[in-house]
Amino acid sequence: MKTNSSKLLQLIALLLVVSIGNLSCEKTKEKTIASEDIKAYGSLVAELTSPPNVPKPIGNRSAKKLIISMEILERESEIANGVTYVFWTFGGTVPGSFIRGRVGDEVEFTLKNHPNNRLPHNIDLHAVTGQGGGAEASFVAPGHQKTFSFKLLNPGLYVYHCATAPVGMHIANGMYGLILVEPKGGLPPVDKEFYVMQGDFYTKGKYGEPGEQPFDMQKAIDENPDYVLFNGKVGGLTGDNKLHAEVGETVRLFVGNGGPNLVSSFHVIGEIFDKVFVDGGTTVSENIQTTLIAAGGASVVEFKVESPSQLILVDHSIFRAFNKGALGVLSVSGNKNNKVFAGEITEGIYQPEGSVIQNLDIDGKTVDTDSGVSLTKAEKMVFGKNLFNATCAACHLQDGKGIANAFPPLAKSDYLNKDVDRAIRVVLKGLSGEVTVNGNIYNSVMPAQQFNDAETASILTYVYNSWGNNGTEVSAEQVKKIRNNE
Amino acid sequence: MKILCTTVLIFYILFVKGQNDNMAYVAGGKFVPLYGSVNKKPISIDPFFLDKTPVTHQEFLSFINKYPKWQRNKVKKIFAGENYLEKWPSDTNFPKELQNSPVTQISWFAAKAYCECVGKRLPTVNEWEFAAMASQTEIDARKNEAFTREILSGYETPNTYKKEVGISKANYWGIYDLHNMVWEWTLDFNSIMISGENRDKNNTNLFCGASALGADDLMNYAAFMRYAFRSSIQANFSINSLGFRCAQDLKEKG
Repeated sequence: MKTNSSKLLQLIALLLVVSIGNLSCEKTKEKTIASEDIKAYGSLVAELTSPPNVPKPIGNRSAKKLIISMEILERESEIANGVTYVFWTFGGTVPGSFIRGRVGDEVEFTLKNHPNNRLPHNIDLHAVTGQGGGAEASFVAPGHQKTFSFKLLNPGLYVYHCATAPVGMHIANGMYGLILVEPKGGLPPVDKEFYVMQGDFYTKGKYGEPGEQPFDMQKAIDENPDYVLFNGKVGGLTGDNKLHAEVGETVRLFVGNGGPNLVSSFHVIGEIFDKVFVDGGTTVSENIQTTLIAAGGASVVEFKVESPSQLILVDHSIFRAFNKGALGVLSVSGNKNNKVFAGEITEGIYQPEGSVIQNLDIDGKTVDTDSGVSLTKAEKMVFGKNLFNATCAACHLQDGKGIANAFPPLAKSDYLNKDVDRAIRVVLKGLSGEVTVNGNIYNSVMPAQQFNDAETASILTYVYNSWGNNGTEVSAEQVKKIRNNE
Repeated sequence: MKILCTTVLIFYILFVKGQNDNMAYVAGGKFVPLYGSVNKKPISIDPFFLDKTPVTHQEFLSFINKYPKWQRNKVKKIFAGENYLEKWPSDTNFPKELQNSPVTQISWFAAKAYCECVGKRLPTVNEWEFAAMASQTEIDARKNEAFTREILSGYETPNTYKKEVGISKANYWGIYDLHNMVWEWTLDFNSIMISGENRDKNNTNLFCGASALGADDLMNYAAFMRYAFRSSIQANFSINSLGFRCAQDLKEKG
C-alpha cells in the first residue's frame, strides 16, 4: 500500500511537471507562431528616409510583402567643417536609410553594391531571425546586387550594419542604420518623429585637424576615438541641421548606436523622457533622465515639449559631447510657459566647454606654439571659422550671439572690440568673474583654450571680421608676444 | 658545385633573360598566409616570375585584336558578366586616358586566357600574397605598421584604377602596384572559401566573429580585405576595380 501510494504521488508529480512543461511550451510557441502565421496581403515598396527623417507610420495597414532596395555607396564627405573622410554608407548617408515595417511583413530585400565601390559588403539586420541576420545571403561584390527575404517576427527598433571582414572597420566607416518593426496597429501617434544615431570615428589626425583624414586602425583597436558623432558629422544636428518642434508637441526620437566601440549615455539637456522603450524593445520605462544605448543597440524615447528652449542632445559621457562632437539641438519654439520654466535664474546653469583639450592652468607658457605658420587674412578667415564652429560655437553660438545671462555675445561686442590684447589673453588664459558686455553683466568661467598661436590668431581674426565687429586682423606674432610676456 | 650552378642559373635568368621583359624574379621561400595554411604552418613558395606591373588597357587590346572572341560583343556570356569591358566605347577601343592604366572589368576567364596566350599563367593566391607582403626593403613587411597602414589607406582611396602603372616605387622584388591600384585576379581566388584546406576549422567564412578566429594576424586588416574581396567574386564577374597580372614558372622561362 505504502509503495502504491508513493507510486501514485510520483505519477501525479510527473503529470504536473509534464503539464507545466506543456503550458510554458505552448505559451512561447503561440507567440512565435502568431507572428509567423500573419498573412501578408499585397505588396508595398518601402519608403526609405535619410536622417533625421523617419518614414510615415504604418498605421492600420495589414502585413504586406515589403520591397526594399538599398544602395551601398563609398563616398568622401565632411566629418567636420574642413575635414573630409571616406565614409561607407547604406543609401549615401551616415547613418543609413531608415526602414519601417510591421510585424508580419514579408521583406524582399535587394542590396546593391555600386560599381565604383572598392569593396564587397553585406547587411546584418538585427530584426532578422536567420543565419547572420542576412549577412551571408546578402554578401555582394562591387557592381552586383543580391536579393534575399525574411519575415518580421518581433516588434522593436533594431540596428542593421555591414558584417563583412574586417567588420569593425566597415562599421567604423559608417555602415549602420535602423529598422523599426511596429506592432500590429502601429505605435501610438505623436506629433514629431526623428532619427538620430551615434557613432564613434577614428582618424589619423586629431579632432578638427583639417584636410583628408584616413581611418586609423590602431586607434579603433585601442577604442580611442577622435570623433563621437550624431548623424555622422560634427554639427550633424546643430546650426542649420537642428531639429524643430513647437511647444505642446509630442516628440519621439528613434535613437541608435552604431558603435563600433562606445556605449552611449543618451541624454537631452532640458528635458525628461516621459517614456523610454528600453533597449528599443517592448518594456516601457517612465520619467527617465539618461538612457544607456548599447553599441549595436537602440532606444525609443518620447517626451512632450512644454516650454520654448534649445534642447541639447548629448552623450552624457560628457567629454564626448563637448570635445568630440556628440552634440545636437532640438529647437522648441512657441509661447513661454512660466509655470513650467520661468527662465530667470542663472545659478546652476550647466557649463559647456570648448571642443579642444582645455587647460585651467593659468601658466600658458607651457603650451607649445607653432609660430612657423604664416597665414593670409583670407586663410585665417576659413581656418578660424572652422575652429570657431568646432569649439567656441558650443557656448558663443555659430552666429556669435551667445546665450543671455550665461555666455556673452561676440557679435557687436563692445567688450571685444575695445581691447585686442585682452581678447587674446582671454582665449589663451581663460576668463572668470564679472564682466559687462553691451550693458549686461555676465559672471561665469571660460576655460583656457589650448590653441597654438596661428590657431588663436585665426579664430580672433574670424571673430573680429564677423557679425558687425571692427575688422581687426590678429597675427600669430601678437599672440606669441602675449603668451610669452605675461 | 650544385649551389654554384643554381646561383649561376639564377644570375643568368635575372640578368640575361629577365632584363629584356617586364617580369620580376621572386625567389620564393616560406611564409604563413592569413588564410589557407593548415594549423598556421608555414607554406613553401617555389621561385617564380611575376609581371612587374598589372596588364594595361593597351596590352589587353593587343590580345583582343589577336583573339577577337574576347571582344565585348563576341565573348560568351558564361565567361564574362554584363559589365565586361563596359567602359570601352567599342569592341576594339578603350577610353583613351586609360591607355597605361590597368585593364579592369575583365572576368577571371579572360584574365586566365590572356596569360595562357602569352605563355604565362595567373599567380596563385599564395604566390600573390607572398610577393605582395614585401615593402621596398623587406621581403615580409607585414609586421611593419606603416606599410600596412599605407595599404589600408590605399584601399579606402576611390578611383585608384585610373592611375598609370609602374610610376609608384617598386617593392623588394622589383614589382610595382601590387597595392594602391586595383584588386588582382588569382588562379585559385575562391579556393580558400570554398574548398580550402582549412575545413578543419569548420567555419572559415568572413562574417562577424568567424573572421577573427581563423586569422593568423589580427592586425593585418589589409589582408582581411583582400580575402573578403576574393570570396565575394565569381569567375564571370567584371569589376571596375579588379585587374590582373601574370606569373610564370622558372622552367617555362628558363
